[in-house]
Amino acid sequence: MRQYGLGRLGLSLLAPYLLTATSAAVAQSADELVWGGDAEGGAPFVSADPDDTSRVVGFEVDVAELMARGLGRRARFVQSGFTTLDAAVSRGDFDIALSGLEDLPGRRSRLAVTIPYYEFEEKLTVRGADRERFRSLADLAGRRVATLGATLAAELLEQAERDHGVVPVLYEDDVHPYSDLALGRVDAVVLDQVLADKAMRRETGLVTQPGALAVGHYVGVLAPDDTELRDRIDAILRAAMGDGTLERIFRSYGMWNEATARLYERASRAGSAGLAAGTSGADGAVGADETETPVEAGSSRPSGRPGTIESTKRYLPRLLQAAAITITLSCLAMALAVALGIVIASGRVYGPRSLRMLLTGIVEVIRGTPLLLQLFVIYFGLASVIRLPAFIAALLGLGLNYAAYESEIYRGALEAVPKGQLDAARTLGLTDRQILRFVRGPQAFRLALAPMTNDFIALLKDSSLVSVITVVELTKQASIFASDIGSWVVPGLLCAVMYLAMSLPLARLARRIETGWRRG
Amino acid sequence: MTGPVLDLRAVAVEREGRRLVEGMSLGVARGELVALMGPSGSGKTSVLRAVAGLDPFVSGEIEVGGVRLVAGARARRDLLASLYRQVGIVFQFHNLFENLTALENVCLAPVRTRGVAPADAVRRAQELLASLGVAARAGAYPHELSGGEAQRVAIARALAMDPPLLLMDEPTASLDAGRRGELAATLRSLAGQGRALLVATHDAGFVGECRARVVTIDAPDSRGGRL
Repeated sequence: MRQYGLGRLGLSLLAPYLLTATSAAVAQSADELVWGGDAEGGAPFVSADPDDTSRVVGFEVDVAELMARGLGRRARFVQSGFTTLDAAVSRGDFDIALSGLEDLPGRRSRLAVTIPYYEFEEKLTVRGADRERFRSLADLAGRRVATLGATLAAELLEQAERDHGVVPVLYEDDVHPYSDLALGRVDAVVLDQVLADKAMRRETGLVTQPGALAVGHYVGVLAPDDTELRDRIDAILRAAMGDGTLERIFRSYGMWNEATARLYERASRAGSAGLAAGTSGADGAVGADETETPVEAGSSRPSGRPGTIESTKRYLPRLLQAAAITITLSCLAMALAVALGIVIASGRVYGPRSLRMLLTGIVEVIRGTPLLLQLFVIYFGLASVIRLPAFIAALLGLGLNYAAYESEIYRGALEAVPKGQLDAARTLGLTDRQILRFVRGPQAFRLALAPMTNDFIALLKDSSLVSVITVVELTKQASIFASDIGSWVVPGLLCAVMYLAMSLPLARLARRIETGWRRG
Repeated sequence: MTGPVLDLRAVAVEREGRRLVEGMSLGVARGELVALMGPSGSGKTSVLRAVAGLDPFVSGEIEVGGVRLVAGARARRDLLASLYRQVGIVFQFHNLFENLTALENVCLAPVRTRGVAPADAVRRAQELLASLGVAARAGAYPHELSGGEAQRVAIARALAMDPPLLLMDEPTASLDAGRRGELAATLRSLAGQGRALLVATHDAGFVGECRARVVTIDAPDSRGGRL
């Protein structure tokens, strides 16, 4: 599972990244099983070894080594973002992806997927005070329920949105859904048992409801044409289920459960005929029994999966809605950036030395740190002081970041107004404020318009970063769409068209204003 | 004639650390047109800028319509506000506000600093532009004006504030011979209306047309005299 918490962005994680960052491009040798995973997912999946940060540890590491041994190869880890693991394995960056990847119908339909090797339950977690009130997804109508994007839980919530009016809130990591639940930003979290257990050890005041919302499985994922290797790995997994090797692995991480034991029994019964796998859904009622929907390992596209055109029709309203969020957020953030930029630039041009130094410092700090970090700090870092709604945090993050850049544009433009213009204004008795308002400001604005237009277009695109704080804007929605249909072609095209539809008229408007000024 | 509108007493000015004018004394009375002559770099513009409160001067004293500027420091805001009721300046390159039309250039200061009603300011601006022969260019932006037109708009802008003293820096720099004669006539007319004018120029022909009293600067010393 992907984990994006700031606490995880420590130096300890850098070493394996650096070691593996370029390895994807390196040819895979025949004596290696190159496997991809996301070390940001953390324990117990894959994480940097605290004793030797050049290594990774976790049950997926052990499973990969088990597979490599069975193949007579050496396991080599390649870091890849959680949400791009499918695409990376599909394009041949590594042999197999292992990172708590769930056995989802969409995934199975477009990739070669191993037999499941772990069974888990999807769990509903709520605040202790809500233990009686929120016992099922049906109890959460109109409430914000958090989960990790591109997971079975996200699909469950999507269904619950249709059935019960639940409001899904998608995170890019598995830590902040729980911390935001504790803070009251969301009313429940749906995630798998492994993550729920992990959160229970970290957070206080939360309760995981008994029973399962659904049952899911972890699988290995290979490129669609790599069925021969997949079959060999399946045989290795079956053998490891039979001889207790996998059980020992999961026991060593405290993850062994009865459901997985039953899964292994079914595997041994199925023998070479294949293993019933897949995901069982529940209608949102906690305590629903698991009802298996068998999918043959390696079977081709299951029937009933909508085609690209059907999916596009289904996603178009959501994409348009997300585009509206993008343009609204961008316009408001730009308005904030312009207003603050003017204040900062005025302070730097007209203010006393101490104010100029202070403002210069602020501008340099904002410009010198990544927008992503600023969004994290505003939304998550300040949560203990002020719980900003995600949209407001996104607006503030983008607005403040761009205000620093705008202020530099305005300062440069103000200083570029010829001195003679200011002398003339002074000798007519205009005050500094009047000069700024009637002479210097308007002339500076003309100079600033072109770079401002550039900045607005850049902001429009940078607004895609706010998905890390749960705002589902255009790029995020396109990513969800792409993840669902297993291709970026149509979602990417639609997304690009929508961005262009938003940015081109703006660029044209700016050109018209500039032309008007040149003429006038 | 009462006391001088402009009174310079032992004034010294510097530019970039170089002493240009030393011990300059000069009085310009109401209705008088004085030409400040000297070669390029002799300090004519620096004297005008000191009188207009734009640059500090090194020593001496400058008094404009009872507003006294002291050497060595920039004038206070309130003092400058008083000064700009007494003096207007037309710059060598006009410095018309690029974002405003000719009419707006002329109207801006009366409306914003004197509280003149916009309609009255427009009427007065149109009169001034008409008297200077550029009424037809009222709606034009500075970059659409010829050098002569821009200069006349700049004069109108300064006159709209009705200053007793008008300073002009190299007014013939962008004019052909015909326009130069027209400008000389305009300046004589302004002086005839009782305004004091101090014109920095190195154009002796123009000074002759203006029939101005001449003060010559031979940097670093300056001496006064009548042409």
